[in-house]
Amino acid sequence: MDIRQLYQDVIVDHNRSPRNFRRPETIDRVAEGFNPLCGDKLHVYLSVTDGKITDVSFKGSGCAISIASASMMTEALLGMDESEAEALFSDVHRMLTESGFAVDPAKLGKLASLASVREYPTRVKCASLCWHTLMAALMNTGAELALVSTE
Amino acid sequence: MNKPQLARQKDASDFASIRADFPVLEQQIHGCPLAYLDSAASAQRPRQVIDAVADYYRHDHANVHRGVHTLSQRATEAYEGARESLRRFINAASTKEIIFTRGTTEAINLVTQAFARSTLKPGDEILITWMEHHSNIVPWQLVCEQTGAVLKVAPINDKGELELDAWKKLLGNKTRVAAFGHISNALGTINPVHELCAEARRRGIATVIDGAQALPHIGVDVRSIDCDFYALSGHKMYGPTGIGVLYGREEMLQRMPPWQGGGEMILAVNFEKTVYNELPHKFEAGTPNIAGAIGLGAAVAYLENIGMERIAAHGYELMRMASTALSAVPGLRLIGTAENKTALVSFVVDGVHPHDLGTIADHHGVAIRTGHHCAMPVMERFGLPATARASFGIYNTEAEIDQLVAAVGHAKEVLG
Ligand SMILES: Cc1ncc(COP(=O)(O)O)c(C=O)c1O
Repeated sequence: MDIRQLYQDVIVDHNRSPRNFRRPETIDRVAEGFNPLCGDKLHVYLSVTDGKITDVSFKGSGCAISIASASMMTEALLGMDESEAEALFSDVHRMLTESGFAVDPAKLGKLASLASVREYPTRVKCASLCWHTLMAALMNTGAELALVSTE
Repeated sequence: MNKPQLARQKDASDFASIRADFPVLEQQIHGCPLAYLDSAASAQRPRQVIDAVADYYRHDHANVHRGVHTLSQRATEAYEGARESLRRFINAASTKEIIFTRGTTEAINLVTQAFARSTLKPGDEILITWMEHHSNIVPWQLVCEQTGAVLKVAPINDKGELELDAWKKLLGNKTRVAAFGHISNALGTINPVHELCAEARRRGIATVIDGAQALPHIGVDVRSIDCDFYALSGHKMYGPTGIGVLYGREEMLQRMPPWQGGGEMILAVNFEKTVYNELPHKFEAGTPNIAGAIGLGAAVAYLENIGMERIAAHGYELMRMASTALSAVPGLRLIGTAENKTALVSFVVDGVHPHDLGTIADHHGVAIRTGHHCAMPVMERFGLPATARASFGIYNTEAEIDQLVAAVGHAKEVLG
């Protein structure tokens, strides 16, 4: 398999200039994700108003796959309600882990570029870390930092 | 420091025949010849080791020290023969000082639980260094919790060398144990173990050396080093996994209580009192990894046959060539540039996360390790989440370094 299948232009672009890469001034919901295997660490920040995601951003360090996944995730989430966000999590999760899963580009948009990660079992956690962190942040309505570890 | 030079032409051809002893290396990965540059994580095994293990299972297996029948005698002789090979290899005074363990990790845990736990008092100090593998940190933390002893950590400088003066200052009148690696798996630094042990000896402090990365690359003489304990792993020195050795000075081992209880480690058992077996069996409860020990004995014979001086020169030369070639790559920074260093290079590349580099290198057939190398404090010291590490064994070649450099170039292109 060509390495460009994994590192597609969108992924390279989002790694080089991640979108919504910031810590908001006031924090509504937040969680921290950590992958002890590679040292990837990121925070996902969410603002939820009237059940809709009105702001979403992230901050952290990681490989190209993890940064691009988080960056594209923040773009996709904006404006979604919580159940839409959960449905998207579930689609992405299936895309990354189920070999027979047919990717629907209409639903997943740019995120479909992560489909090849499935062929690299050691890298699946890189792509999924931000998504697990998102789920923790969604549920985290208190002020405490929720912690997610991939191990 | 002496920097051994390769008699390049002749030795290159000799090392080509060594490479042919390693069947696993004869394969393609993603259509490229495999360049296995991850021997610091685990080395590959030569045919001689594979055959020794298989032959043992085919012809001689039985439990050791327990039967009068022929197979049990053969198995016992082979197992004890391996112990003698290890004794000779590290120049221990007696086979009583060679305890088979699962590896370095278990060897260090044996020291912390049988020796340190029974002798340390609250407030006593253990001195380790900033460059240790987790297996020479966590067992000490556990024994600190158990005894109230305190863990002290000696700093390293920007080159990844132990700061000797600081280390000496940290040796105080409460220090009971000094533990340090011989060669760092994350940085390649060779520690001045003779000097450290001499300093500790003068003050009556016990010394524990993590030799996991040393045995495959340099000759080790525990009596010349004058340490109390020395731990090693078979799989790093071309032997099987699940086998290693704790060397302990006999005087220390005699004084230590047993660690695990069971068969093999006793002479007589009744419900009032159990009489423990002699060294080294006192510390080998249960049926041991017989085949592993025999395979490790075969690995030692293999290394002795090549000669540790030539092996040391080869590892040093590959490290030097890789350092030069990689340093020429724009945006690449070597992590760990100690004066006294061997057999591996750790590095980071601007704009390319080590993890991505590892995947792209694999597409070039190049196997490197990426991550924290079980030495998170080292990563913290250099302010990095991870590095890429290429580590060398007796089968590696200059051409494989070129393959690595090409892979790094491609990674920069893909992600740039
Ligand atoms: C320096 C060092 N110490 C200790 C260990 C642990 O060895 P093992 O996992 O074989 O017990 C390793 C290998 O991972 C190492 O490189």
